[in-house]
Amino acid sequence: MSKSKIRFWVFLTPALISFLIIVLIPTLIGFFYAFTNWNGIVGSNVKFVGFQNFINIFARDDSFIKALEFTTLFAVFATLLVNITGFALALLVTQNYRGTTFLRGTFFMPNLIGGLLLGFTWQFIFTSVFDEISKNTGWSFFSGWLSNQTTGFFGLLILTVWQLSGYMMIIYIAQIQQIPESIKEAARIDGVTFWSMLKNITFPLMMPAFTIGLYLSISSSFKMFDQNLALTQGGPYKSTEMLALNIYNSAFGSNDFGLAQAKSIIFLIIVAGIGVTQLVLTKRKEVEM
Amino acid sequence: MNNEQLIHHFNKILKGFLFYLSGLILACIFLFPIYILFVNSFKSLKAMFLDVIGIPDKATFTLKNYINAFQSLDYLHSFLNSMIITIISTILIVLISSMAAWVLVRYKTKTSKAIFILFAISMLIPFQCQMLPLVGFASRIGLMTPAGLVLMYMGFGTSMTTIMFHGFIKNIPEELEEAATIDGCNAVQLFFIIVLPLMRSILITVAVLNVMWIWNDFLLPFLIINKEGLQTLPLKTYLFFGQFSQRWDLGSAGLFMCMIPIIIFYLFCQKYIVKGITDGAIK
Repeated sequence: MSKSKIRFWVFLTPALISFLIIVLIPTLIGFFYAFTNWNGIVGSNVKFVGFQNFINIFARDDSFIKALEFTTLFAVFATLLVNITGFALALLVTQNYRGTTFLRGTFFMPNLIGGLLLGFTWQFIFTSVFDEISKNTGWSFFSGWLSNQTTGFFGLLILTVWQLSGYMMIIYIAQIQQIPESIKEAARIDGVTFWSMLKNITFPLMMPAFTIGLYLSISSSFKMFDQNLALTQGGPYKSTEMLALNIYNSAFGSNDFGLAQAKSIIFLIIVAGIGVTQLVLTKRKEVEM
Repeated sequence: MNNEQLIHHFNKILKGFLFYLSGLILACIFLFPIYILFVNSFKSLKAMFLDVIGIPDKATFTLKNYINAFQSLDYLHSFLNSMIITIISTILIVLISSMAAWVLVRYKTKTSKAIFILFAISMLIPFQCQMLPLVGFASRIGLMTPAGLVLMYMGFGTSMTTIMFHGFIKNIPEELEEAATIDGCNAVQLFFIIVLPLMRSILITVAVLNVMWIWNDFLLPFLIINKEGLQTLPLKTYLFFGQFSQRWDLGSAGLFMCMIPIIIFYLFCQKYIVKGITDGAIK
């Protein structure tokens, strides 16, 4: 090997080796386990079962399909609300007034806090605080939160919008600031109204940021775990269980590691599929600057 | 002033008023959960049942929750565990990824392109796909330790970090490195003396992003080092709520204490966090 080739591999090896043994090889082994009856107990026999796990997901154990429906519905609502809120916040804090730095910091702050802490915090609010509001006002709307699927769903949604909008806001601010001042100035001289400017100038030029914002919010809604675990534990009766928690429960709740692996492959196909489709679709609509 | 000027002036005031009004309302909504934690962390459970929204009065004010939560969370110990794991993992991720990114940019071969694409694709794989084989294999070869956890963070962190560095190094002109090579620099000197100092700003940005992710991570440490004495802050928080569910007096104090370190970190690194998100999003 030439000297320069040696340099290439020496510098690359630490990153490549850790990537291979932690990410790539376990993923490939996981694909193999999806076709076995692996139960995770050391020393027990691992038998090849063909497509049985995949058949079971659809035929025997309907919890995954329910989790998939719940997660998809959640992802649709969350993606819309997070991005609309994030964009609105970005428009607000890019106005020329004092105090925008404080507002940006405030809106972004929930992002820093881990999903687990956020989940417990909102559990406290939805149960104790909402309960007190309902007692004081007599509004039944505020009572019994997180005790059924609907309030669990909206609870998760509120938490997610609160957590992620600030992140999207940062991405949208960066894009808004890249819109040349000359274009806005020209529009203003021509007497373009606020809404027309938003629709015809800001929106088309914001497309690259929307690509990112949509992609990030879809994939983080689908992969959500900590918030789900801390806020509702998937309950009551698994009715708010999302995909990641469902996979976790089939492995560590019922020791069916093979089934969990099969589920994780379907999970991968969904997440990667959405990601790629979304990127391709939105890239087409981008305006060249 | 004529009529038109008056309308214009009035519009300007109205706009400013609307801006501050909506800003104020939104800020209150965003800060509400933190406010609730904060005020309740100073109330006894009984006082909380009577009033969960108001601020504690002189009669009900107590610091007991903090003392109890501090002990149940084994706060100092868990804080140090989190700190050590976060710092060591971040340093190692940044080191190995910057080395990898440098040669991946400078060697324009098919191999380097393939490895770059492999890193990019791997970012689409959800953690659940590797989780079980990884835990199985870690328990067999004795990696269920803090050192094993650090190794895992290196594996999970390196692809995203390498890609971010890759984008930055592409824009560093190669002439400087060529000149240094002629002056007799070897590869190690070249990287540590010439290249790394040029990467200062992106090094900090990327390190900050890794710190935030690792500090808050729950599931991986839960699976790997869930043993007395090794637990990190998120892990302890989870166990704490298993033990004291519905004890929101301790809970609010505990949650508030666990949020303080990352909020302080944010106040110091705000600039880099914002830069990291925008850079990461563009890549």
